[in-house]
Amino acid sequence: MKNAIGTVFKFGDNVDTDVIIPARYLNSSDPAELATHCMEDIDKDFVKNVKKGDIIVATKNFGCGSSREHAPIAIKAAGVSCVIAETFARIFYRNSINIGLPIVECPEAAKGIDAGDQVEVNFDTGVITNLTKGTTFQGQAFPEFMQKIIAAEGLVNYINNQ
Amino acid sequence: MGMTMTQKILAHAAGLDKVVAGQLIEAKLDLVLGNDITSPVAIKEMDKMKVNGVFDKDKIALVPDHFVPNKDIKSAEHCKCVREFARRNEITNYFEVGEMGIEHALLPEKGLTVAGDVIIGADSHTCTYGALGAFSTGVGSTDMAAGMATGKAWFKVPSAIKFVLTGKTSKWVSGKDVILHIIGMIGVDGALYKSMEFVGDGIANLSMDDRFTIANMAIEAGGKNGIFPVDALAESYMKEHSNRKYTIYEADEDAEYDKTYTIDLSQLRPTVSFPHLPENTHTIDEIHEMDDIKIDQVVIGSCTNGRLDDLRIAAEILKGRKVQKGLRCIVIPATQKIYLQAMEEGLLRTFIEAGAVVSTPTCGPCLGGYMGILAEGERCVSTTNRNFVGRMGHVTSEIYLASPAVAAASAILGKIGCPCELD
Repeated sequence: MKNAIGTVFKFGDNVDTDVIIPARYLNSSDPAELATHCMEDIDKDFVKNVKKGDIIVATKNFGCGSSREHAPIAIKAAGVSCVIAETFARIFYRNSINIGLPIVECPEAAKGIDAGDQVEVNFDTGVITNLTKGTTFQGQAFPEFMQKIIAAEGLVNYINNQ
Repeated sequence: MGMTMTQKILAHAAGLDKVVAGQLIEAKLDLVLGNDITSPVAIKEMDKMKVNGVFDKDKIALVPDHFVPNKDIKSAEHCKCVREFARRNEITNYFEVGEMGIEHALLPEKGLTVAGDVIIGADSHTCTYGALGAFSTGVGSTDMAAGMATGKAWFKVPSAIKFVLTGKTSKWVSGKDVILHIIGMIGVDGALYKSMEFVGDGIANLSMDDRFTIANMAIEAGGKNGIFPVDALAESYMKEHSNRKYTIYEADEDAEYDKTYTIDLSQLRPTVSFPHLPENTHTIDEIHEMDDIKIDQVVIGSCTNGRLDDLRIAAEILKGRKVQKGLRCIVIPATQKIYLQAMEEGLLRTFIEAGAVVSTPTCGPCLGGYMGILAEGERCVSTTNRNFVGRMGHVTSEIYLASPAVAAASAILGKIGCPCELD
């Protein structure tokens, strides 16, 4: 997989799927439309400021709450190349893998990266480099099973390939 | 080392004698569930798969419940997509408006979820069916699509936390207070990736509706599933509602748990979760020490607390009393059957005479869909399950999660309070 490189948007604990994509927009399932409301209730300028390739870094339990796949879809469609967090809520974790949004658990990186830092993520090694601060972190590598799903760019292709 | 209840169910569904926490398995599914928000995305994904239809038309449940009867054109289009998919694939358990209910109240009532089942649902509160001794967990739309196509799903076998419940709750303390207390104690990620296994002699004192409420909110502690042992009450519930054969799994005596908590139910007090996380709990006694928290709206309903027990308690409190002037009280029976029963018992008359409105079954306001959206700065006491920022409407509005008893009392008082304040 190609490395992700981008500018960091930093969030705190328990960022829930209701603030990632509020339910008032769930009468749509169009990724482009969902992307225009991404993170709206926690950072109304996020959509205005995010650029293709940028990275979200958060602390504990990112993506908690509803099972809506619209949440990782909105993040991916907004151009985000990777989400790094101390921990992820489990349904969000599955959903991200299944739609091909790379996410990495790394408590040290979540603490050692600030908003605006330039960060590079190597998905083959799990190494996260903070280019701004010149520090590196070892992120959790995906289990082999998930690597296959990610390599197939999502669960649907993985099943089609079997 | 032995296995937990959850691990035993998963081992059987994976065709293995034994599984251990952390192991990746592929399990056969007994039921795949979706609603009007998650199913359209799943259907789109399934269309991309090289498969001929669904794995088993009897083992899929499609329940439009979030934005129905349709709140707008886009919602209507989503429901149409689900309806046409159900028709095309001859899905047995598609529940149209008129026969639908909120999915997690509806499916046990229809006998579609029984002990020993492995169930995935594209809705986070799918964990509800653990009340009947099933393994059930929420997933996203792509997992739902894969489940509908193949009848299988991959899981990482969870470790578990054991909650030993002892004693009996006091008057006005219900299953909702039990689970809010637990979430307050362990936090919204206290059971992240884990099973929450409830055991102990106190369970015998909890009604099935209480157990559904407790299992329902396992996800609010980050849990993968919540599960209860199957006792005589659970068996009689399944026999009454289902013709399906069920299998009872018990945890091994030497099953390993990450942690064990013992909770004396008799010590619990009516509990309220303050904005904006379910873990921000305060007992009613703590609230009595605070300045009055004035409210604008009360919602009694949802997959957490829209069942008959809940409506009976609310009606008991509202009977002969009036909802505070200027406050909106919205009561939403969770299924058509519950609605009808509530009508026959005179509960609906009580609600209407008290000045509450009664709605057709819908998730509606719980997730800020419709039927009770909050304006800027408004406060709601709600029997629902989440009080996140903006969940029920404006980003500055506030949700206080509580039991039906506290919600009904608060509707009368116009502030957060308990039934003991009404005499």
